[in-house]
Amino acid sequence: MKSITQMLVMMILVVGFGSAVEVLRPRGVPLSKRQFYEEDKPFTCLDGSRTIPFDRVNDDYCDCKDGSDEPGTAACPNASFHCTNSGYRPTFIPSSRINDGICDCCDTTDEYNSGAKCENTCRDLGRKEQEVLQKMAEITKEGFLLKQQLIQEGKNGQQEKQNKLNELQNSKKELEEKVEALRTTVKETAEQPEKEAKERHLKAWEEQKAAVQAEKDKNKMAEAFLELDDDADGLVSVVELQSHMELDSDADGSVSEAEAQALLGGVDRVDTAAFESVWSNIKDKYVSESQPVDAAPADATPEEIKEPVTDNDSDQYPNDEDLPEEEEDEEDEDDDYPEEDAPPTARTPEKKDENEEAMPPYDDATQALIDGAQKARENFEESERALRDMDDQIRNIEKEISFDFGPEGEFSYLYSQCYELTTSEYIYRLCPFNRVSQKPKYGGSETNLGTWGTWAGPESNKYLVMKYEHGTGCWQGPNRSTTVKLTCGKETVVTSTSEPSRCEYLMEFITPAVCQEPSSTDPQRNHDEF
Amino acid sequence: YRALLDTLELSDSRLTLQLQGNITRVKINELKPLKPRFEVPDVHSVFGYICLDDNGLVLSLGVESQRLIVSARPFRLDIMEGPEVLLSLNSRGLLAFEHLRLRGGKDKEEDGLWEETFKSHTDSKPNGPTAVSLDFSLPGVEHVYGIPEHADNLKLKTTDGGEPYRLYNLDVFQYELYNPMALYGAVPVMLAHNTQRTMGIFWLNAAETWVDISSNTGSSETPQTDVRWISESGIIDVFIMLGPKPSDVFTQYASLTGTQSFPPLTGLAYHQCRWNYNDQDDVKAVDEGFDQHDIPCDFIWLDIEHTDGKRYFTWDPHKFPQPKDMLQGIKDKRRKMVAIVDPHIKVDSGYKIHNEIRDKNFYVKNKDGGDYEGWCWPGNSGYPDFTNPEMRAWWASMFAYDQYEGSMENLYTWNDMNEPSVFNGPEVTMHKDAMHGHWEHRDVHNLYGLYHRATAEGQIQRSGGTERPFVLTRAFFAGSQRYGAVWTGDNAAEWDHLKISVPMCLSLGLVGISLCGADVGGFFKSPSAELLVRWYQTGAYQPFFRAHAHLDTPRREPWLFGPENTALIREAIRQRYALLPYWYQQFYQAHKTGQPVMRALWVEYPKDTATFTIDDEFLIGRDLLVHTVTEEGARGVTAYLPGLGEVWYDVHTFQKHNGAQNLYIPVTMSSIPVFQRGGSIIPRKVRVRRSSECMENDPYTLFVALSPQRVAEGELYIDDGHTFNFQTKKEFIHRGLSFVNNVLTSKYTSVDFEFDASMSVLTLRKPGMNAGADWAVVLL
Repeated sequence: MKSITQMLVMMILVVGFGSAVEVLRPRGVPLSKRQFYEEDKPFTCLDGSRTIPFDRVNDDYCDCKDGSDEPGTAACPNASFHCTNSGYRPTFIPSSRINDGICDCCDTTDEYNSGAKCENTCRDLGRKEQEVLQKMAEITKEGFLLKQQLIQEGKNGQQEKQNKLNELQNSKKELEEKVEALRTTVKETAEQPEKEAKERHLKAWEEQKAAVQAEKDKNKMAEAFLELDDDADGLVSVVELQSHMELDSDADGSVSEAEAQALLGGVDRVDTAAFESVWSNIKDKYVSESQPVDAAPADATPEEIKEPVTDNDSDQYPNDEDLPEEEEDEEDEDDDYPEEDAPPTARTPEKKDENEEAMPPYDDATQALIDGAQKARENFEESERALRDMDDQIRNIEKEISFDFGPEGEFSYLYSQCYELTTSEYIYRLCPFNRVSQKPKYGGSETNLGTWGTWAGPESNKYLVMKYEHGTGCWQGPNRSTTVKLTCGKETVVTSTSEPSRCEYLMEFITPAVCQEPSSTDPQRNHDEF
Repeated sequence: YRALLDTLELSDSRLTLQLQGNITRVKINELKPLKPRFEVPDVHSVFGYICLDDNGLVLSLGVESQRLIVSARPFRLDIMEGPEVLLSLNSRGLLAFEHLRLRGGKDKEEDGLWEETFKSHTDSKPNGPTAVSLDFSLPGVEHVYGIPEHADNLKLKTTDGGEPYRLYNLDVFQYELYNPMALYGAVPVMLAHNTQRTMGIFWLNAAETWVDISSNTGSSETPQTDVRWISESGIIDVFIMLGPKPSDVFTQYASLTGTQSFPPLTGLAYHQCRWNYNDQDDVKAVDEGFDQHDIPCDFIWLDIEHTDGKRYFTWDPHKFPQPKDMLQGIKDKRRKMVAIVDPHIKVDSGYKIHNEIRDKNFYVKNKDGGDYEGWCWPGNSGYPDFTNPEMRAWWASMFAYDQYEGSMENLYTWNDMNEPSVFNGPEVTMHKDAMHGHWEHRDVHNLYGLYHRATAEGQIQRSGGTERPFVLTRAFFAGSQRYGAVWTGDNAAEWDHLKISVPMCLSLGLVGISLCGADVGGFFKSPSAELLVRWYQTGAYQPFFRAHAHLDTPRREPWLFGPENTALIREAIRQRYALLPYWYQQFYQAHKTGQPVMRALWVEYPKDTATFTIDDEFLIGRDLLVHTVTEEGARGVTAYLPGLGEVWYDVHTFQKHNGAQNLYIPVTMSSIPVFQRGGSIIPRKVRVRRSSECMENDPYTLFVALSPQRVAEGELYIDDGHTFNFQTKKEFIHRGLSFVNNVLTSKYTSVDFEFDASMSVLTLRKPGMNAGADWAVVLL
């Protein structure tokens, strides 16, 4: 040993520790591996790394790298101890839990030298587990039956939705065609004749108005000529014009000879025929001698006179001004209705004058065309509305169909449902495939804990966990999100909520939709080591 | 020693010199103050006697060649050894003493003398200016250390042209690194070191204190460091510790303020904390999580949310309706819990604790004599006057099992916010003109945090005096080491915060506080998996090992970062548990001798200048050397292995390296570099179980690392791990172990062994001896 110069020496001291307990069968070895531990034969580590005398098995010192020489002591850090647990489930525990003063195996075999007072609870546990398993089995069985219904309902529902969708899509095609047809009808068949008839009517009326106006003007001119022609010589002279102060074009307070002459077109007097051109120059200023000068305001523009009338109209039909042009026709029609009191029209003489100037009602033929066009438009709009509604419906159904309701559609019944859980402070609300929210029990606004994100269960079954994301933001934190864990049950109910991490919520949700088909095997089968 | 003279008069001040061994105390007070000035109580032990030479001016110190020379005009005090000046007081003439004065005297009143405002706060300063100041010159010194708590390097920097180091306990929100700003605790002790000598200056003053450091480094003269201390009130009371070895300074300081409390073994294990574990079910799930993932854990902690409306000593009736059931469940796993008890007490006439403190008149008073009130977690709060011994006795009694409802013997305590934190106070602390009996808060501020001792005493009392306490405090002062653990407060999940945790705890160790740790993972923000793993690997080798996280951060229990990271964290924690016998032994030594546990390299290698500024690497005791990995994506680090002619063994690979070299060590995510010193014997318990208590009867494994001379020494300390019986009944085993001439002593027994020639590793198989008996192992 002189060759050892520098080295690390490792040794173990045992403090107040009895020697390992002698056992006939190696402690901590499962039955399945008993054949590897043959007494009085050298033991080969299960990883084959080395072979040691059998008395080093369970001698409380770790010889094998894989820990297989110490199945019944805590000597190897990576070994495990087999609890037989008669009456309950056999299990392996890390060997660091052997004689650590804590009862891990229900058959107490892990605490054979620690002084821990363990009681054999395997039978109790077995019975309880049996009860739980039975109950679970019942729940699973019933849940699974319910699930089948849900699947069927889901399928039916899905089929219905699909049918409905197909139906809608077909109807939509028809409707679209109809809308197109109506659009053409309105444009070509109804509105074109209407427009032409209206134009005709308008033109006729305008021509009539012009004739009337010309007649009126002519009469006025004749009257003025007679008035101006003071000396009744059949001529209007410069002097005669000079008496009309309102014709003072340079506003110097008098109508000079030159001014008058200019008005008369450079001559001293004009006859009735020549007066026509003079009249057109002066008619806007000319004041009839039969009218008092004060009366000028009465000559105010027709607009001013109209005003109170329109006001009254506005009061009665406050939206008139906003109505699209088309509908003004209706208003006109309305005016003709006998039951309409139309008091404003009866009240003022000015209105009467207006009425005289108003366009006469359409003739029956035009009116018929207008009514026809109106009807066509209404039909068209209605069809368009119907098409929009149909689009909405299709979108909703498509959205619903697009959700992943599970491999067999078993989750579809949750769609558009909400489930609540009331805690000491809050009411939590889970609306599957939509959102999760939280509302204080005693007043206060609702907080969004996340909107539907995705299925987020383990790879083996992603349908065990739902994830809701992008809820209301947290102060100095993330947006709120909720993880919903689904477990099998007969009812559909939220059983608990918690906030394990700031603004990250966890919700437990029971639904038959995750119930697995009960295994045909008897749970009793596990108790193979009595 | 004999008393000859105890007072020197210095104009109108009184100078008192006290000498004991290698400690000189210089006390300067007013000769006839208008009213008494505050002298810090409760920190230091009774100081022994005075020794002056006949001539009164030259005094011989403990060592014959040392002399103390007092010059009168101008006042100056030099400590000499032979012809060398070790340290001078007032050599720069910065001694200042603002004597108490009457307001409205003949002096013109300057701004700020009798009233000061800070933001919206007014300090009434009824005593006017009362500051004291003194300078110290340290010829031949280039390296000074200590004066924690600052988030700064181990070696203190000069403060020329910048802010001085500030000592004023404050609840700092998201503190800045490499900054002399004040933090949660204050220990006014500075160490000066060169290759010849280590000295200490203990400035015993609890008021706001500033320390200026200047140095002539870089000039051609003899290096010299000058230090100036300024305190807002109190007196000048300085203890000069003359070493000469680092260990002598620790012993000298320990003789003044006591040694590290000997924590229960479990306190050195792993602590899992979070603000907050939500309810009993959450606690149960975390407890089970550790078992499911086979990760050891001794403690689960509860932060403020466990209380009924932040009323400490109570439990939230909805979240923690059955605290004893919860504690029993934890106890069944041989684990423990800690519940927080902060010193701000909710002002609520329905709250027993408040009513009793108010009725007994135990609250700190405001300047007008009413109970001082401030805003803290519970809203409006009162602050118990912990400087009052009666208050402390009453507080301690509140930890009795029949007083603290829902508490059990496995429930321990955390005193946070004890700077004290006052949310609406100046700098988030108490107004300086608040009153503690006759004394202003100004005088006692830094002392307030010392009084978590009342909590420690309460824990001792509840057990009938048998059980050692475990208390964590955020604020601290000189002497806090006697009562429990401290941590570095509200750090952040950043690589630089991991890095700074080392110098912060090293600085605390130098001034007696060994049970130090930083929140593993970082309190604010969220660590990456890599940072978290590295932090666990570092924290596993720091004295107080606790993971903690802010309320707003995502959960980060060790198993939440994927199987690979879980395995890495498991391994880090398991390394800690395996080394618990060594840690425990180190704390026993710290308790006995005052030597730091987590140790700066220069402490063990005082003549090796290469070690003087190292603070990314540290020793645990003498024998383990740890190099941190604090860079993201690090592939390797360069570690300095100290000790010419020494060897170091990598504890992961047993590879051997020579000392006195810089060594590049490749690193992977699996571990950080740790070395065992050749020549040492380190005990481990390699059967790592789910808690330290589960391991109490497990065998020890001795790791004997031979020196080049083929010898090794070590020791083994064993006691029950949690009572005072080691003290009161001498119930312990403490063995010296040595390996010399191929003989491992103390008693012969034949054993099997295995020798791995390639690695020079010899394994003794099942020696089977009783650790308590004499034995020797002989290799032939």
